[in-house]
Amino acid sequence: MESHEGFGVSVGSMPKAAFSYHGEDDDQIATVLSSDVKPRILLMGLRRSGKSSIQKVVFHKMSPNETLFLESTAKIFKDDVSNNSFINFQIWDIPGQVDFLDTNFDLDMIFGGTGALIFVVDAQDEYIDALTCLHQTVSKAYRVNPQIRFEIFIHKVDGLSDDHKIETQRDISQRANEELHEAGLTDLHLSFYLTSIYDHSIFEAFSKVVQKLIPQLSTLENLLSSYVQNSMVEKAFLFDVVSKIYIATDGSAVDMQSYELCCEMIDVMIDMTCIYGDDESECACEQDSTCIIRLNNSSILYLREITRFLVLVCILRDEAFTKRGIIDYNILCLQKAIHSVFDVRTKLNKPNGVLPVEGMNSIGHLANSTNA
Amino acid sequence: MKKKVLLMGKSGSGKTSMRSIIFANYIARDTRRLGATIDVEHSHVRFLGNLVLNLWDCGGQEAFMENYFASQRDNIFRNVEVLIYVFDVESRELEKDMHYYQTCLEAILQNSPSAKIFCLIHKMDLVQEDQRDIVFRDREDDLVRLSKPLQCACFKTSIWDETLYKAWSSIMYQLIPNVQELETNLARFAEIINADEVLLFEKATFLVISHNERRKHKDIHRFEKISNIIKQFKLSCSKVAASFQSMEVRNNCFAAFIEVFTSNTYVMVIMSDTSIPSELTLINIRNARKHFEKLEKLDKNRLNAGRQWRV
Repeated sequence: MESHEGFGVSVGSMPKAAFSYHGEDDDQIATVLSSDVKPRILLMGLRRSGKSSIQKVVFHKMSPNETLFLESTAKIFKDDVSNNSFINFQIWDIPGQVDFLDTNFDLDMIFGGTGALIFVVDAQDEYIDALTCLHQTVSKAYRVNPQIRFEIFIHKVDGLSDDHKIETQRDISQRANEELHEAGLTDLHLSFYLTSIYDHSIFEAFSKVVQKLIPQLSTLENLLSSYVQNSMVEKAFLFDVVSKIYIATDGSAVDMQSYELCCEMIDVMIDMTCIYGDDESECACEQDSTCIIRLNNSSILYLREITRFLVLVCILRDEAFTKRGIIDYNILCLQKAIHSVFDVRTKLNKPNGVLPVEGMNSIGHLANSTNA
Repeated sequence: MKKKVLLMGKSGSGKTSMRSIIFANYIARDTRRLGATIDVEHSHVRFLGNLVLNLWDCGGQEAFMENYFASQRDNIFRNVEVLIYVFDVESRELEKDMHYYQTCLEAILQNSPSAKIFCLIHKMDLVQEDQRDIVFRDREDDLVRLSKPLQCACFKTSIWDETLYKAWSSIMYQLIPNVQELETNLARFAEIINADEVLLFEKATFLVISHNERRKHKDIHRFEKISNIIKQFKLSCSKVAASFQSMEVRNNCFAAFIEVFTSNTYVMVIMSDTSIPSELTLINIRNARKHFEKLEKLDKNRLNAGRQWRV
């Protein structure tokens, strides 16, 4: 979209201002979710259930094979992932066997600022103890802070057959819910996920957990749906580059394979940028990053940078890509809208992402490729 | 034109795993499923179209090895173009390993004295990172000494990183008949389109077979890394029953293009002048394609004319 003066044909170009990402903007977006205190995700579970491995693989790009060498976590490890990731969360890796009766733990402080509690259950091990611990943890946390979302990761399922996976999930959820029922905690809702660090299921599960904590989620989803409809794109994801967690997608169903392919594409883009990009800037996402991959089944994967932390990944057909100019213009509008959404939060410090008037106008400008 | 490549080494040293990853699109984890190779496994691999590698993966168990040196000796060691010998870095029987290696060399000296010899010190991931260079240098020195009067080239490898590609890339490079001509043409191409760098990959294995660097790059391991990156992506694509045709990655400091080139190769072009629109580079690649296809055809005819020996 640069102006190509060299060719003797003057083609108007988009105003430069539209493309420069002011440092302040990024910082504003980065602090958007902090409000008063940074939302917290707690990773809890028995010893050796896989908590630290999950954290390393999702947020620190560690290869799953290397996690075999991780040592046991001795004390609470607070991982602030806000520098590289859009997700301004603190991931607290709590060593297995946290004794709540020990008065050293300030439960109010720990659970008070928590947005989500992820309890990791090792599916390859006997999980009776895990269920007991789960019940204790969840009841205590709920009493301190009823707003916490409880997410149960049924982990290490890579070794199990599909039937076994379903059976395990059914069994665990049944027992957990029964125990809660008996304790009278009927308002407590648990969500279950089958995960493994050896495939994309852990990223998918984390995506869902994080999405629940983003107040602007429905707005972002609407923006993406609008973009998808007007650009003849099949699917669009808004990814956090570093963790490959998608924070929003359009209304259509998510196909795991498509999601995985998009994750792989991000990996390719980052790795290539690390090799050939400029050293002085960060290795992660450079300015105006673009990636186009054409597949032999007439599909195209198209990646465009939205902010320093977020990228838009679209899956579309060959024919739709011939209208690239329109798609690019629509992406520009989408960028502006996303910036507006987060701007509101910072300026007004409201918990919900209500679009100001400018944001709505940007959406109105989305060019419809079917009419062009 | 068939070229015979022998892959030998002790049982469990990693020969079949390597072969599966390079030629059969296995990922490192899948190799756990492989069992011991019985006797000799033959595979014919089409490489660069007109080269057919006759890969003899010789089972490493003692009974088989004794057999090779005795009754099957002539059959196995005749007409060998390349011998790849694999050493397990963790082996506790170094003397025995060396003994077998030397016996192989004797057989080579008798039957195929002009064969090129490569030694792979494998499973280096099991060695502590700070020890790897030292351990490798030690082994290399020993092997070079023991191999005299034959010459051997040594590599340290592991299926868990890019060192595997580097070793096999170097080996394959030696097998390409017209590599000088290829490089000259590639250099001219890079010059004309003002590229920072141009790489040529073999289609099936994505090994770098030729490259031209017009602008120095400080990462000397980038070829292996790129091979690895693309191969991983290719594998992911195959899960959705698709394969990738072309790739473009750009930002405001560089643009990289990976396109199908000839019937057996892919080309990668790196441009640092980002004001040049993508379409221009793609047109240039398309035009160069025709030229390189002609080159390949010429070679095929030339080689076919000189074809005389059977395997």
